[in-house]
Amino acid sequence: MEILVCVKRVPDTSENEIEVNSSGSDIERDDLVYSVNEWDNYAVEEAIQIVENAGSGSVTVVTIGDDESEEILRREMAMGANNGLLLSDDAFENSDGKGIATILKAAVDKGNYDLILTGAQAEGGAAQVGGMLAAMLDLPYASLVNKIDIGDSKLKVGREIEGGNQEMNDISMPCVLSIQTGINEPRYVGIRGIRKVASVDIPVMSASDLGIDASAVGEAGAKVKRVDYFVPDLGDGAEMLEGSTEEIIGKLIELLKANGGL
Amino acid sequence: MPQIFAYIAHKDGAAEDSALEMVAAAKKIDPDASVSAVVTGSGADLDKVCQDIAASYSEVLKVDNEVLSYPNAEIVRKALVNILPKGSIVLLPHDTFGMDLGPGLSIKNDSAFVADVVGFEGIDGNILKIVRQEYSGQVSTHVTCDISAGVVLNIRPGVFAADESKSAGGSVVDKSGDAGDLSVTRTFLEIVEAEAGDVDITKSDVLVSIGRGIEDEDNIEIAQELAEAMGADVSCSRPIVDSKWMEKSRQVGTSGQTVKPKVYLAMGISGSFQHLGGIKGSPYIIAVNKNSKAPIFQVADIGIITDILDFIPELTDAIKEL
Ligand SMILES: Cc1cc2nc3c(=O)[nH]c(=O)nc-3n(C[C@H](O)[C@H](O)[C@H](O)COP(=O)(O)OP(=O)(O)OC[C@H]3O[C@@H](n4cnc5c(N)ncnc54)[C@H](O)[C@@H]3O)c2cc1C
Ligand SMILES: Cc1cc2nc3c(=O)[nH]c(=O)nc-3n(C[C@H](O)[C@H](O)[C@H](O)COP(=O)(O)OP(=O)(O)OC[C@H]3O[C@@H](n4cnc5c(N)ncnc54)[C@H](O)[C@@H]3O)c2cc1C
Repeated sequence: MEILVCVKRVPDTSENEIEVNSSGSDIERDDLVYSVNEWDNYAVEEAIQIVENAGSGSVTVVTIGDDESEEILRREMAMGANNGLLLSDDAFENSDGKGIATILKAAVDKGNYDLILTGAQAEGGAAQVGGMLAAMLDLPYASLVNKIDIGDSKLKVGREIEGGNQEMNDISMPCVLSIQTGINEPRYVGIRGIRKVASVDIPVMSASDLGIDASAVGEAGAKVKRVDYFVPDLGDGAEMLEGSTEEIIGKLIELLKANGGL
Repeated sequence: MPQIFAYIAHKDGAAEDSALEMVAAAKKIDPDASVSAVVTGSGADLDKVCQDIAASYSEVLKVDNEVLSYPNAEIVRKALVNILPKGSIVLLPHDTFGMDLGPGLSIKNDSAFVADVVGFEGIDGNILKIVRQEYSGQVSTHVTCDISAGVVLNIRPGVFAADESKSAGGSVVDKSGDAGDLSVTRTFLEIVEAEAGDVDITKSDVLVSIGRGIEDEDNIEIAQELAEAMGADVSCSRPIVDSKWMEKSRQVGTSGQTVKPKVYLAMGISGSFQHLGGIKGSPYIIAVNKNSKAPIFQVADIGIITDILDFIPELTDAIKEL
């Protein structure tokens, strides 16, 4: 089984408070800690387990980004992915979701994959790339997958739907699945694991390597453009309790009593 | 101005809440728009939904086919591609069905796609101005979208107040014959219901709810002690369940339980819309978070900016002394 997993480098929200910069052109990026998108880590773990159980095949992790994105590929290779692939070109900058899917499609066409995994969503909450990629490739798609059973030429997949219920589907291969968190327990990656893959060669492919028309991707190809970031004025919000911890707890206990909490 | 179509999700013969929210969303795009609905399904349930929503949409396109009795996004997509005029604006709910359908539909329609829309700020020629959020609501963005070849817009549930005017007086048009080939490569098998847990948090009056801010499995104990002192139950956000620290039956949110307590203590929870979507009945919300900009403070009644790992044990001690 040959599996491609698409991964994205994103600011780690458990390590950072995300704020808008002074001009509103971007978030404040100084001092941000980056990591691999939470959903993608589950996707890579799932791919590794599938190949381990099958006893044959390989897992390739691919990302669109710049030199710095290489570190997340190495991290996922330290987990057990066999190959990394970096898609990088100035022409890819400011792509919208469709642009990203177009670039990934070109990479898929260069390989021979039975299964393509993405995360269900990334930091923007769009949940778009997997479904677009599948439609461009004319392959079947299932989103929010939280269970995969491997059959001969078919998979049985569970989609997590509202209320935590699971929608079971048969899906033929090759196909594209977007993976929901909680499907497995991603293995821990230690410093030693990262060191082992530190010098592995990671190929880089540009727009021309991929045969991509530069005007179809990046800013030129984007129908959706991000204009600015802002902090919305949402009215009053919560009444903030301030003072010493003792004072806060005193006030809170009164409020809890008054509102049925104690 | 391209024509606007809303996809109507329904179950057991009743349209979902999103049906009327999308009328409101469409009016935000264009106050004068006459908005059409598309309803797919089969049999008597489908007819009932079509009749019900005809009051709210000027036209209801019905697609009746046995294979659509369960809304498999792959089949629905094929039907929509065949039925809707090129260049349409298509509205879908941004839920687990809309996420399954929207992105691929936009590719097949050769149109643009914008997910999780929370607001519209007008249209200038072919350029639609949209409001979104990123980082679970920590920041908002304006995006523009070129709709000259149409667009698929996934609308966040619950943000556009339902349009209850029901004055459209629409008619139902049977489009079943135009749906085309509905064969598929993904087959729906069954729904496996979520397992019930030891405690039914949907019945709890007071919930101490913990999120990723609890940081470590061993710290869950402090939340249990607080809940015990208060006579409350412990619930949680999704990452706690993903980490296998608590049972799925304790998860609050769209993919977990819908709770309706009197008081809800959100401890180290950022306040994503999927989490808040599981809290109904306007409880008194107390949010404790170390980040003053956490979106949960916008919806909470009371906010406290502090580290929950220090705060929870102190609160427990104070309550025990009462
Ligand atoms: C500087 C900058 C400018 C931008 N400008 C715009 C803009 O003008 N308009 C606009 O629409 N968007 C813009 N974006 C957003 C960017 O295009 C998004 O990365 C893109 O929309 C796809 O990611 P997503 O978060 O929407 O993916 P989602 O669909 O939410 O993510 C699902 C999955 O897709 C895969 N995936 C996503 N991105 C990648 C990637 N880069 N490499 C490999 N796999 C990936 C992953 O598996 C991920 O889990 C900008 C981003 C940056 C950093
Ligand atoms: C289809 C789908 C369905 C989903 N369904 C659900 C659902 O049903 N329920 C759900 O909850 N989520 C759901 N999610 C996930 C959701 O999008 C968010 O990722 C999730 O709610 C975030 O959980 P959180 O607030 O605990 O974590 P985070 O967003 O990481 O927030 C943690 C918060 O804790 C604060 N914090 C950290 N440490 C401390 C400390 N020591 N003291 C005080 N504060 C601290 C941080 O400032 C932050 O605000 C779903 C996502 C998808 C795509």
